[in-house]
Amino acid sequence: MTSDVKTFSLPARVLHWLMAIMILAMLFIGVGMVASVSERHDWLLRIHKPLGIAILILAVVRLAVRLRHPPPALPADLPAVQKLAAHASHWLLYILMLAMPLIGWAMLSAGGYPVMLSDSLRLPPIFPTSPVAFAVLRHMHGWFAMLLFLTFLAHMGAALYHGLIRRDGVLSSMVRGEKKAEMIEPVEVSESVTEPDTRP
Amino acid sequence: MHDPSATDTPPKRHLGSWALIAAVVAVTVGTFGYVGGWLAPHRLTPKRIVDQLQDNAGTFAGYRRNHAKGVCVTGYFDSNGHAQAYSSAEVFAAGRTPLVGRFAIPGSNPYAPDSSVPIRSMALRLAQANGQQWRTGMNSMPVFPVSTPQAFYDQLKAQQPDPATGKPDPAKVAAFFAAHPETAAFRAWAKTAKPSASFATENYWSLDAFVFVDSAGKRQAVRWRMVPEATDAGSDVDNSGNPDYLASDLAQRLSQGPLRWHLLVTLAQAGDPTNDATREWPADRPTIDAGTLVLEHTEPQESGPCRDINYDPLVLPDGIEASDDPLLPARSAAYADSYLRRTSEEAHLPGTAVAQPKPEAK
Repeated sequence: MTSDVKTFSLPARVLHWLMAIMILAMLFIGVGMVASVSERHDWLLRIHKPLGIAILILAVVRLAVRLRHPPPALPADLPAVQKLAAHASHWLLYILMLAMPLIGWAMLSAGGYPVMLSDSLRLPPIFPTSPVAFAVLRHMHGWFAMLLFLTFLAHMGAALYHGLIRRDGVLSSMVRGEKKAEMIEPVEVSESVTEPDTRP
Repeated sequence: MHDPSATDTPPKRHLGSWALIAAVVAVTVGTFGYVGGWLAPHRLTPKRIVDQLQDNAGTFAGYRRNHAKGVCVTGYFDSNGHAQAYSSAEVFAAGRTPLVGRFAIPGSNPYAPDSSVPIRSMALRLAQANGQQWRTGMNSMPVFPVSTPQAFYDQLKAQQPDPATGKPDPAKVAAFFAAHPETAAFRAWAKTAKPSASFATENYWSLDAFVFVDSAGKRQAVRWRMVPEATDAGSDVDNSGNPDYLASDLAQRLSQGPLRWHLLVTLAQAGDPTNDATREWPADRPTIDAGTLVLEHTEPQESGPCRDINYDPLVLPDGIEASDDPLLPARSAAYADSYLRRTSEEAHLPGTAVAQPKPEAK
């Protein structure tokens, strides 16, 4: 799955940062709406559903992009346990970004709700009506959201660790392109230390 | 590709970086916790409202946390096309829309006697041919006691039975009403209201305002109510000593033929309050008869088709929208919480309440 390239392809980087914003927004919208009885509940719910379907579509596109443009290899000297953690957390992120919208969609279907993405755009049900399935899927949606949030925290923490402490080019491989990397000043570190060019 | 100098230096050099990483993670977690309500314990949440309903009347596994006692009905809405001038919803085109409904009485106890409250409720789920739905929950009084979710919660809290007496503390109830003059209209209604002998003879009001949107996008604030064709005092069934006389009466009437209501839609004028369910609109507002609600069959809620429906008033078809009434999103949010609790109980998920057998009649 990896290759000789040093950085992620442009489509991969665009999709990564776009989806990072969307998924993080989605997590906050989700916990916010279920904890609110104000008008926020209604308008957050109206954003939550179409945004979830958009994430589902982009996640499929992203998988295709990943297969076509394999990501750069992790640093050779990265300890094996960190490599394992990196690979496991990335696959967990992929699984969750695909599963969460599908679970949400199936959950509304099982609850007998029309799956409305707007005032008039309706998706067909993908699960038979069943209160038991609704309850199970609704709880899964909540617990998987917590797992996604924790995985996101680990991912963000690890990215900063690579960028600020190891300075091994892992973070910059998702921030900058192959050619421009040599010319552009690092952007992710604003402290006194700047990231040296890591390529030979 | 890895810069050796970075790892060869003592870790002390990275203290600032570690602190920065920890700070970024901590701020993200803190923000998440605040938005999710865990770090904002005073925010009114759906959970707190439903918990309070359970505190007041107990937990009855598998049942709705409010309006717990009820029966399912099925039938259709026969539109005459008159409301089409104001709403593009398919349900208002001339013709029939099938529905699954539910009659109920307020309160969280599914075994409460029908005479315990003077209010009856009607909920409907109309299923349009295009797959969109209109769900509505209506009550048999023209105004709601309070206008905000917080006041509703405070009222529940004031009415929580005192463990010593098993009854609400009159002083707390009086203090609540004194602090909430907007309850006056409801209290005036409640003073003369008697528990009716039948679901069939009641008017049912939407209470909350909604917005009709026509095919050109023009918006019109509305309220609606169901007006019964049946006007008699009650059926000939002897209901003395029967705590479930409403269900018996309904079944008896439906065995003789369908029951009908007219859907009357009241059109607001500029300045009429759309965000205050405690205030009626002036009586001279134009009203349109949008069609006839026809109910044909009834079934017990334990096995009927209404059991697994959440009558969320914000499940609306294109052409009907929520108004700025703050009760609407709170109803939607609290109903969703109640629905998750009772479906979780149906699924026997760990940590959920276990169903109790119906208590013997005393």
